[in-house]
Amino acid sequence: MNLTFNADWWSLLTSSFMSNALVAGTLIAVAAGMVGYFTITRHSAFAAHALAHIGLPGATGAVLLGLPVSWGMGLFALGGALVIGALGKKASQREIATGTVLAFATGLGLFFARMSSSATKQMQAILFGSILTISSSELLGFAVFDVLLLAIMSFAYRPLLFSSLNEQVAQAKGVPTHAMGILYMALMAGVITVATPAVGTLLVFALVVTPSATAIMLTRSPLSAMVVSALLCLASIWGGLVLAAMFPVPPSFAIVTLSTTLWLVVRLVSGRSQH
Amino acid sequence: MDSQTPAEGSPALHMARQGTQVLEPCIEFRDAAVTRGSKVIWSRGTFRIERGTVTAIVGSNGAGKTTMIDVELGLIPLSTGTLTVLGQPAGAANRRIGFVPQNYMDDLDSNVTVEQSVLLGLTGTRFGFHRVTREQREAVHDAIEFVELAGKERMRLNELSGGLRQRAAIAQALVSRPELLLLDEPLANLDLASQSAIVELFAKLNRDWGTTIQIVSHDLNMLLPILTGAVYLLDGHPHYSPMAAVLDSDLLTHLYGTRVEVVTTPQGDMFVTPNPKVEPRDHVRSTLDADEAAGFFTKHYGESHGTAGAGTAADNGDDTKEDLR
Repeated sequence: MNLTFNADWWSLLTSSFMSNALVAGTLIAVAAGMVGYFTITRHSAFAAHALAHIGLPGATGAVLLGLPVSWGMGLFALGGALVIGALGKKASQREIATGTVLAFATGLGLFFARMSSSATKQMQAILFGSILTISSSELLGFAVFDVLLLAIMSFAYRPLLFSSLNEQVAQAKGVPTHAMGILYMALMAGVITVATPAVGTLLVFALVVTPSATAIMLTRSPLSAMVVSALLCLASIWGGLVLAAMFPVPPSFAIVTLSTTLWLVVRLVSGRSQH
Repeated sequence: MDSQTPAEGSPALHMARQGTQVLEPCIEFRDAAVTRGSKVIWSRGTFRIERGTVTAIVGSNGAGKTTMIDVELGLIPLSTGTLTVLGQPAGAANRRIGFVPQNYMDDLDSNVTVEQSVLLGLTGTRFGFHRVTREQREAVHDAIEFVELAGKERMRLNELSGGLRQRAAIAQALVSRPELLLLDEPLANLDLASQSAIVELFAKLNRDWGTTIQIVSHDLNMLLPILTGAVYLLDGHPHYSPMAAVLDSDLLTHLYGTRVEVVTTPQGDMFVTPNPKVEPRDHVRSTLDADEAAGFFTKHYGESHGTAGAGTAADNGDDTKEDLR
């Protein structure tokens, strides 16, 4: 392996395909920061991870049918989210059932991919991401999702927070906790669909959940955790792109390495255990 | 009250109605039963809890104590009978009820502070964007002060000890100034000092704010000094009884399936002490012999409530038990 430093990294970083990647990173960070916090307070990190894998057969199936990857990914993730959400918060903690469905979905994704050569070629990008090939039309889709997410969040923020932290009391006080659970899972499906083109279904956890876990250790309110989480996510993506311009490493690897390192350092320094 | 009903439309009737409103019970069960699937959790519950009282719900594991709170909150429907809470059907008056579930706030993977958590007790049900008003801030401050967490507003819940976390949970329930406070095992997993501090808090709440308090507890000891009465779940039926009747060795012994003694001190304080020396041999914990249970039911309730519920086992109940006192 030859990790030679690219002295011309700045011109690579300022090229047009790189600017698309930087904008995508910003849009992903905003979405992940808002929803990741609830993933942790709801103890549904594994369900969130599973959604990415449930989206995989949708993604490869879409390639098979000649449709945009994000459509299939989003449709399958949303379907999985609605089922997990409808089964209730306890169901999202049922790790055996979730893990089994996850494995089956991944297998199904492989099956669809092998049915056409173009899908086989895209499999690597779907699993590990390809942030440098994000198109302008995809960016538009990300931006629309972010605006929609912001609108829903500002409307449902307090009941969603109350039901995530104190479900029993929120339910007794009249918060539609079941609907809040479905809403959260649907939003999570959206965030995963947006984040997958950047780092792929296998690595999306480190981008959507890990920065929120880091932020929770650093902050003292839900809102500040969301802001810090978005900043950490942004730092990981942009930092990862810089590293990928400087050295011949895949951007996904650099992004995930930064996100994981930030989490590890904060966790060791704060000495607090978060599961 | 029926015998004194004045003529319809008279000012006296209006007065009487106002009178009954003040006197109406906080909670009233009438022939209430709960079933889950085909299994009857408990049945034939007929009792009332007056306002301004402190009541314990006691019974062995699996007797349906938590179910009773869920029923009072309207989260689980009655299969038969009726239940009125704060003058309305169960579930309709939940905004006037404070609720602290079991192990509340114990597995929080979040960074919320005491202040934010208490504030959610006021604003957590509201959709849309709202600024936090000064009145809300004051209510949060008062609730935190009342549970003696002043100065710890900016502490995260996961930085607090179990006892302080329980206070924070109670403050969240109190911030909306509920008329009734329901707590499920609020003393579980706390050390003795924290337990007695929480009990003192209940006494202060009942005295200063006039809040009616109902506490599910498997352990009566700490609560005895402040209780008005207890609902005990015995032989599949809930019964209410004032404190003096509950404090009966035989009854408690059979309620918990282990020997319990009642001691009255010269100061008038009463303690219930499990004494290993008088522990019955090969007793099975949490298991109640149906005949014995029915016998106790008859002994304590047969006279005032008729023999309903005692069934065929009622006859041989009384004389098989020796009185400890």
